[in-house]
Amino acid sequence: MIDAVGNVQRVLLLGGTSEIGLAVLRELAGGRPVHAVLAGRPGPRLDAAGSGLRAAGHDVTVLPFDAEDPASHPQVLERAFADGDVDVAVVAFGVLGDQERAWQDHEAAVRLTQVNFTASVSVGVELARHLSAQGRGGIIALSSVAGQRPRRSNFVYGATKAGMDDFYTGLREALRPAGVSVLVARPGFVRTRMTEGLPAAPLAVDQDAVARVVVRAWRAHRDVVYAPAVLRLVMVVLRSLPSPLFRRLPV
Amino acid sequence: MTALAGWGRTAPSVAVVRAAGEDDQLAEAVAGAPVRGVIARGLGRSYGDPAQNGGGAVLDMTSRSRVLSVDVPSGRVLVEAGASLDHLMQHLLPLGLMVPVSPGTRQVTVGGAVAADIHGKNHHAAGSFCDHVESLDLLTADGVVRSVSRESDPQLFWATAGGMGLTGLVLRVLLRMSHVESAHYVVDTERARDLDDLMARLEADDHRYPHSVAWIDCLARGSALGRSVITRGRSARVAELPRSLQRAPLVFRPSTRLTVPDVCPPRLLNGLTVRAFNELWFRKAPRRVRRDVQGLGQFFHPLDAVEDWNRIYGPRGFLQYQFVVPFGEEQALRDVVRRLSDAGTASFLAVLKRFGTGNPGPLSFPAPGWTLALDIPVGGGLGELLDDLDRSVLDAGGRLYLAKDSRATARTVHAMYPRVAEFRAVRDRVDPHRHFRSDLARRLDL
Ligand SMILES: Cc1cc2nc3c(=O)[nH]c(=O)nc-3n(C[C@H](O)[C@H](O)[C@H](O)COP(=O)(O)OP(=O)(O)OC[C@H]3O[C@@H](n4cnc5c(N)ncnc54)[C@H](O)[C@@H]3O)c2cc1C
Repeated sequence: MIDAVGNVQRVLLLGGTSEIGLAVLRELAGGRPVHAVLAGRPGPRLDAAGSGLRAAGHDVTVLPFDAEDPASHPQVLERAFADGDVDVAVVAFGVLGDQERAWQDHEAAVRLTQVNFTASVSVGVELARHLSAQGRGGIIALSSVAGQRPRRSNFVYGATKAGMDDFYTGLREALRPAGVSVLVARPGFVRTRMTEGLPAAPLAVDQDAVARVVVRAWRAHRDVVYAPAVLRLVMVVLRSLPSPLFRRLPV
Repeated sequence: MTALAGWGRTAPSVAVVRAAGEDDQLAEAVAGAPVRGVIARGLGRSYGDPAQNGGGAVLDMTSRSRVLSVDVPSGRVLVEAGASLDHLMQHLLPLGLMVPVSPGTRQVTVGGAVAADIHGKNHHAAGSFCDHVESLDLLTADGVVRSVSRESDPQLFWATAGGMGLTGLVLRVLLRMSHVESAHYVVDTERARDLDDLMARLEADDHRYPHSVAWIDCLARGSALGRSVITRGRSARVAELPRSLQRAPLVFRPSTRLTVPDVCPPRLLNGLTVRAFNELWFRKAPRRVRRDVQGLGQFFHPLDAVEDWNRIYGPRGFLQYQFVVPFGEEQALRDVVRRLSDAGTASFLAVLKRFGTGNPGPLSFPAPGWTLALDIPVGGGLGELLDDLDRSVLDAGGRLYLAKDSRATARTVHAMYPRVAEFRAVRDRVDPHRHFRSDLARRLDL
């Protein structure tokens, strides 16, 4: 149950190895032990995520979850909700891919789209069903500023995030009468394994900073949050720039 | 589909709300409860989540509010559980009958009063609400209405007293009212300069008054920590009333003067406004007044003069922290008051009272000791602070009041109520498939 001061009891992390997702989960827990359900690709990284949380005093359930196999999603979510209400589901899986391959290599493009977009919609529909049945609970969807204005350097990734961002923004409205909240979180460049080796963009932050901003927004019942917060203004400016100018920006 | 929250306006959930119909309709609703169960709701004056049931059904009991029979000489009244105490007072005071236990607001139902086994300023003298209940009609999960008394089924009776609606629907209550000569109270007021002074004064002469309570200014610091105003009194006899009131001593016509609009700015209440209010309030209180005659409303329910005052806390809502620690644990009480005051959590006033002996209800809150209650707006860091205070309360052998709680953990509450297993055993007997469920029950694993 989410309580009066925003404590949670059970958190489902879809993308159980996501560094940002795990940081959000830890931040949601605050100082209290919670029940964490980690859904992710089985392997040493998922095991490590689980034992890390256990060592911090949390109860952990690990569920195998393959974003590329949407047909299996309803069953995974059925299991995630089987032992009790989920207070918050964090949709955190996603891949960055090789951006130059992503718009030229058919297979790479389809895979990126399936993981980042199709699978997000696939789990979103099931989350909506289970959470509505609870009459309460919430989703934190980890989108990205990359979806806010397509850039030459990563527009396929940006397009998938734009799609998932729109889906969860709409879902937020659809679920409002059911007592379910959706927070769309749009981090900028986050220094994680996913971005390792890439040159850090301006305003780069680490996952814990993102998690703090996101969870504060969630407790304040906000709809959308940028991390860091100043990106909201940056994006207002970037979105309104004419293409010839935007093209020349070093972002 | 309706979103419901408690009086603190925090953590809402959506449920199907149905107005309670006749007994047989209720029996159907209960026996055919949806997977996520049903729970009764009275006037929603609990602060947290006991009268809501996300994804399930909620039965609004307030449509059942008739007084079915009154026996003036014995004070026995048979009343439907959806009737408010306000309703009872307005109808029965003219007959010289007063509700035996009155909380800080009249806007609670008889069912809610049973389910929380509420207490009033007279706990040290009169016990809690269920101590005055002779029997009740309880609709259990099997759709059967049972007449339950402490003789017929003591386990079920006491599990229902303070059981937060989880044993069944209370339909009717046979209540023993108190006899009074007037709707007025003779009140003595005095100030205490700090917490020790306050405790000493309460200990010294609480036994001389049936009603006693103290209001602490939680923002006073240092040597003034715990400065407070004590008001104690008893029901006024006709001869004690001023001439103007003697002609119709039992007239009780409360009026709501103010209401708070639905859109309140989030920062209306802050350290400054609250500090100013508390200062004014303390200075206004007389150093010592004896035998002041006050109306029932003024004495028991000063807050009822403002409707929907919970809105002043703004969109994030507020909570009430209420606990009791046993006598002998005064140090824990001092500690908690100091930490609350240090944290500067903007709170109007805290209420301190001495409880008398408790009753056999396994989840009934009152127990001999000091009980402190205060309202706090939800804000950053509050969760951690209260988790800390929970530990002190628990270490001191104390507990929280479920009707006020909206954030404790199951582990903490189970440790505070060691007889929770006994409660569950009774509940499992009458409701093995958990037809009765609430958000509180899920949060606290009851
Ligand atoms: C300003 C204020 C002052 C207060 N002062 C005090 C005080 O001094 N002392 C005190 O003890 N409490 C006090 N309270 C708390 C209040 O008395 C309790 O929370 C009470 O239970 C509220 O009754 P309600 O009708 O609003 O019930 P609700 O809040 O609607 O429900 C409370 C519980 O009762 C159950 N319930 C309601 N009706 C039935 C029924 N017919 N059958 C079975 N279960 C039922 C619900 O399921 C729920 O678990 C105060 C509250 C406020 C807002």
